[in-house]
Amino acid sequence: MPHQIDLTPLAPHGGGPIWQFALGRTRLTAFARGIQEEGGQLLALWGADDRHLGGTFTLHTAYLSVLGLIWAKTPLEAHAPSYPDIAHIFPQAGRMQRATRDLLGLIAENADDTRKWLRHAVWSDGQFPLRRDFELAQPEAADAYPFVRVEGQGVHEIPVGPIHAGVIEPGHFRFSVIGDRVLRMETRLGYTHKGIEKRFEGLDVSSGARLAGRVCGDSHSAFTWAFCMAVETALETTPPPRAQWLRALFLEIERLINHLGDLGYLGNDVALGFGFNQFWRIKETWLRACREWFGHRYLFDCIVPGGVARDLTASAAAEVVRLVRETREQVRPLIELYEEHAGVQDRFTGTGIVTPALAARLGLTGLAGRASSQAWDARVQFPWPPYQELDVQMALERSGDVAARARVRAAETLESLRLLKTIAESLPPGPLVRALPTSARVCEALGWVEGWRGPVIVHVRLQADGRLDRVHPHDPSWQNWPLLELAVLGNIVPDFPLINKSFNLSYSGADL
Amino acid sequence: MPARIILRQLFKTGIISEPPPAPDPTLAVNAHALNEEILRIFGRAVGVRHVDAGSCNACELEIHAMNGPHYNIEGAGVKFVASPRHADVLLVTGPVSAHLATALRRTFEATPDPKWVVAVGDCAATGGPFGESYACRGRVANVIPVDVVVPGCPPEPKRILAGILTAVRTAPAHRQAPASP
Repeated sequence: MPHQIDLTPLAPHGGGPIWQFALGRTRLTAFARGIQEEGGQLLALWGADDRHLGGTFTLHTAYLSVLGLIWAKTPLEAHAPSYPDIAHIFPQAGRMQRATRDLLGLIAENADDTRKWLRHAVWSDGQFPLRRDFELAQPEAADAYPFVRVEGQGVHEIPVGPIHAGVIEPGHFRFSVIGDRVLRMETRLGYTHKGIEKRFEGLDVSSGARLAGRVCGDSHSAFTWAFCMAVETALETTPPPRAQWLRALFLEIERLINHLGDLGYLGNDVALGFGFNQFWRIKETWLRACREWFGHRYLFDCIVPGGVARDLTASAAAEVVRLVRETREQVRPLIELYEEHAGVQDRFTGTGIVTPALAARLGLTGLAGRASSQAWDARVQFPWPPYQELDVQMALERSGDVAARARVRAAETLESLRLLKTIAESLPPGPLVRALPTSARVCEALGWVEGWRGPVIVHVRLQADGRLDRVHPHDPSWQNWPLLELAVLGNIVPDFPLINKSFNLSYSGADL
Repeated sequence: MPARIILRQLFKTGIISEPPPAPDPTLAVNAHALNEEILRIFGRAVGVRHVDAGSCNACELEIHAMNGPHYNIEGAGVKFVASPRHADVLLVTGPVSAHLATALRRTFEATPDPKWVVAVGDCAATGGPFGESYACRGRVANVIPVDVVVPGCPPEPKRILAGILTAVRTAPAHRQAPASP
């Protein structure tokens, strides 16, 4: 570190290495630059209203570094809460800063882009839903969002959404095109904003875990695990070993079924219906198996604070091993087919490129990052229990195109199958849940899990009575959405659905 | 080489499609006599337009699954269409976020009569864990009229398909768009 800073390790209760410290407002920029110079990334930026606890407002930032996750808390003034812009260092901070302004009124000074982000017309500028004294007053008359306009001979705009033509979440894409070629694409999100963070306030931890699992349905296990990890760390308890192993089983099944589904859709989007039907057949087999083993096709509510709610019986464990073997045999020829099929490769290769340099500059994360040489996977570098014992192999590609993102998915599919077999064969015995202790004081922590899309972070603060005071769930889609806008540049409009699917970002997870 | 892989896999897989579920009258929230005329007009084919009104995307996973090879929905006469103008049924998921309430209402108005609305999932049915708040209008019926409710978090593909078939075979269609608030 270029600056001397006292980092306090957050006692790792079932999590990876997380460091926390108080970072003065005046040192924020220098610290962020220091992280960047050492090759780190900003993962999340959010705020909190701490006035009811005798404090002011706090800006939270979480960075990925060679040490692990660094969580900095910057106290701001109560009356005019502001902080120096860090989007000029980490561009991915831009939308998070704008959202923090919309929800809490914390202002990034001298930021380039000061447009609203999550706020449409439902509440007005000057009303801040996440402040404790928020009361919904007169909504704004109209949304009036200033898109950036591209002008010139032959340029025209194609507005798409929020309601799309397929079965897909709602968002708005504004294409500026010449002929079929994309000159600029601008995304407007926030349509599925349903006040999740406000909803957490005052819930008990069990209801909180259920809500956390519904921030983004396809990442249910990642979010519930990160939420529970934060609660357990705050209360200084650790789930029993069997529960940790079962959580990893759930997380790897989630990764597997999402990758299978996306590989199917990538085939579908290049008119290889065969690929879609084959991958979805295999996915459906897993969904039905999950229903039988754990009572739910997507493993909803299997992870609970203190442990897990569902066990894997010995006979089901044998079934997991059998299904892993069967799936591997079926998936390998399909992966080979995608690699060798001229039509597929013609559409995949060179389409929607994010170069490694651009990915590093803008903080592309998760599986899309790994397809552009961003070698971060918390399961590999910062393994938390039980991943220390699983020796996860990272999938990494350089070309940053649709083909690379498909190959990362294929490699991670096979790796998850290997992990599932290992977990099913080496589940430690013992109880499934440990009762949560009480704290009798306000306490907080972060949970950090490598979900299938990328790093998921959940900040939890508990009141002295054990209820939730502040929860911020962070989905990796925040960082990756802006890269999608750049990946489509120079491509043709009909390739947008393919490029979009190759990222498969979450709307709900980032709209909150 | 690719052709060989495809053929080998096709023969190994065989046909895995399953028969469609029977309509379930208990899902209809608005039970009336069967409308013979509508049945005669639509026969066994129905166009479905999915609208995500603010869901967490789990219900979408099951709607996608329903399009997979096990369910053979087109064999049951159900086809997903790209525009509300082509739709007979709106399949609405999620609690209705305040930011999408207008879009949902306009989609309903853009769908030609006669039409049915099937609310899919616990959130669409009741608002679910998101409820009603500054940003959320709660259940779908708070914004547009609903004919059939399919509960579940998320409901399984067979239940969603049963909900669609229930709508067109047993529930009356809307002839009038509701007044916008």
